[in-house]
Amino acid sequence: MTTLLSAQSITKAFGGVQALNLCSLDVEKGSVTGLIGPNGSGKTTLFNVVTGYVKPDAGTVTFEGSDITGARPNKVFAMGIGRTFQLTRIFGRISVLENMLVATQREESWLRGLTRSMSSKSELDAAMEWLDFVGIARLAKLPAGSLSYGQRKLLELAYVLVADPDVILLDEPAGGVNLTLINEISQKIRALNKEGKTFLIVEHNMEFVMNICDSVTVMHQGANLVTGTPAEVRSNPLVLDAYLGGGEEQDSIEEVANG
Amino acid sequence: MLQKKNLLWLAALAIALFVPSIITNPAYRQIAVITLIFTACATSWNMFSGYSGYVALGSAAFYGTGAYTMGLLAVHWHVPASGDMFWLVPVGGLAAMLVAIPVGLIALRVRRHTFVVITIAIFFVFQLAAINFGFTGGTGGLTLPYVPWLIQDYHIPFYYVALAILVFAIALSAAVRRSRFGLQLLAIRDDEDRALGLGVKVFPVKLTGFAMSAFTIGMCGALYAMMQGQIYPQFVFDPIFDISIALMAFFGGFGTLLGPILGGLILESSQQYLTVSYSNGSLYLILFGVLFLLVVLFMPQGIVVYVKEWWTKRQDRMAAASEAALAPGINS
Repeated sequence: MTTLLSAQSITKAFGGVQALNLCSLDVEKGSVTGLIGPNGSGKTTLFNVVTGYVKPDAGTVTFEGSDITGARPNKVFAMGIGRTFQLTRIFGRISVLENMLVATQREESWLRGLTRSMSSKSELDAAMEWLDFVGIARLAKLPAGSLSYGQRKLLELAYVLVADPDVILLDEPAGGVNLTLINEISQKIRALNKEGKTFLIVEHNMEFVMNICDSVTVMHQGANLVTGTPAEVRSNPLVLDAYLGGGEEQDSIEEVANG
Repeated sequence: MLQKKNLLWLAALAIALFVPSIITNPAYRQIAVITLIFTACATSWNMFSGYSGYVALGSAAFYGTGAYTMGLLAVHWHVPASGDMFWLVPVGGLAAMLVAIPVGLIALRVRRHTFVVITIAIFFVFQLAAINFGFTGGTGGLTLPYVPWLIQDYHIPFYYVALAILVFAIALSAAVRRSRFGLQLLAIRDDEDRALGLGVKVFPVKLTGFAMSAFTIGMCGALYAMMQGQIYPQFVFDPIFDISIALMAFFGGFGTLLGPILGGLILESSQQYLTVSYSNGSLYLILFGVLFLLVVLFMPQGIVVYVKEWWTKRQDRMAAASEAALAPGINS
C-alpha cells in the first residue's frame, strides 16, 4: 500500500489555543481511515489544514508525493481532495441539481465559465447519476434549502463525489442522522471504497467507525495519540484515558501543581 | 412555454421601439430616456450584486467615470457636436470597467457589510476627486459640445441608444444567469467558502462580474452626460444614484432577471413624472417612502418573487381542487 495523503508534524495555534501540536497522519491509498478523538482534539482543524482552509504554522501536507501545504481550497479540490463539512454546507437558494453542477468543473479555468453554459449533457448525466446513487434524484429540481438535514448530508456527499476526487474527507457523516440513514451512508462508503476511492472520516459514532474503517487514528490535544486497526485502538488504554480523562492529563495537572 | 416567454420579450421590445412616436412632448421623452438609463443601470447592478450577494453601494463612481470620460474626451479630442459623440459611449463604459478593476481588487477582499461600507467610501473618494481636481472643472462642472438637434426631436437618438444599452444589459444578465459563470456567482452568494472548496476561483469570478457590471453603468453615465450637455460632480457622482438602483432591484426582485427591469421602469418613470408635473423635486420621496414600506411589509423579496409564489400557490390549489373533483367519495 502506498501513502496517498500525508500530514507531517502539523502545528497550528489560534491565539493561545494550540489546536494542532505536531500532528501526523497518513492515509493509505484505497483505505478507509478513521480519525477519532474527544471534542476539541483538533480533528476538524486538521481537515481544514489539509483542504487549505487554514494555513498551518508548521508542518507539511503532501498528496501523491507533492507538497500541497498552504494551497488554496480550490487548488486542493482540483488536485483531487474532496471534503464535506461537519455542519453541512450546501447552496440553499439554488436547486439541488445546480448544487451538483457547481462541483463538476474542478480543473476548468475561470475564464471558461464565461463562455460556456451552466452544464453539458455529460455533466447533467453525471450529476443525476450521483444524486440517484445517494437516493435523492427525485428532489433534483427543488431548492436545496428546502431539503431536510439528512438529505443535505447526502447532497453534500453527492456533490463532492461528482467531481471524482481521489480521496474524500468526511467530517461527521453520521452526526445527527438517524440509524437507517447511517447504515445507508456506510453502505455507500463501502461500495465506493471497493471501486478504489480513499476515505478519511472524522466521526464520533464509534460503531460506525469500527465497522467501516481499516485503520483508525486517535487524536488527543492536537496530536496523534494512537494508530491501529479498530480492534487495537479499542483496547488501547491510552485511548480510554483520552476519552474518559485521567492518565496523561492527570499527570500534567500534577506537574503544574508540583511546579 | 419558452417560446411564449420569448414572444413576450419581443412584444415588450416592439412597444419600446414605438414609444418616441407615441410620446411627443420633449419633457416626457426625456423622462423616457432617463428611465431607460436607470433601468439599464439597475439591471446591470443586479447582474453582479443580485447574483453574488455583494451589495455594492458605490456604483455612481462608475456612472460618473463614464460621464466624465464622455465629457473630457469630447472636449479634448474636439469631437464634432454630432451623432459621432455616441462612439464615446462604449469608451465611457470601458473607462468605468478599467476603474472598477482596482476598486474591485480592494473592495472584494471583504464581505457583506464591510463590502457595502467600503464601496460607499470609495464612491466618496471619486466624488471628492471630481470636485477637487482641476481637469474636471470642479464644482463648476464640465460643458460638453451641445449637439444642435431640434428641441422637438432632440431626445429621439438618445432614446434608441439608451434602449440598445438596456437590451444589452438584459441580454448580458440573462446570458450570465445561464452560464457556468453565473452559477458560480450564485454559489458565492449562498456560501462563498464552500464554493471555493468545490474548485470555484471565487476572486477572479467576483472581479469579472464587478467589472462587467461597471461597463454598462459607465456607458449609461456617458450617454447621460452627452444628453445633458453639462455635468456636475454632485449630479453624476450622486449617492442617491447608488441607493436608487439598489432600491429598484430590491423593489422588483433582487437577484431575478425581471426584477430590476420592473423596478427601474416603475420607480424611475414615476419619480421623473412627479418631479416634472409638480415641479417639486422631493415629492417622490414621500411616495417612495410609503411604497417601500408596503413592499418591505408585504413582499420583502420584491414584486417578481411575490407574484411567482402567488401564482405557484394558485396553480397548486387548482390542481388540488381538480384532483379532489376527480376523486369523489373518499370520505363517503
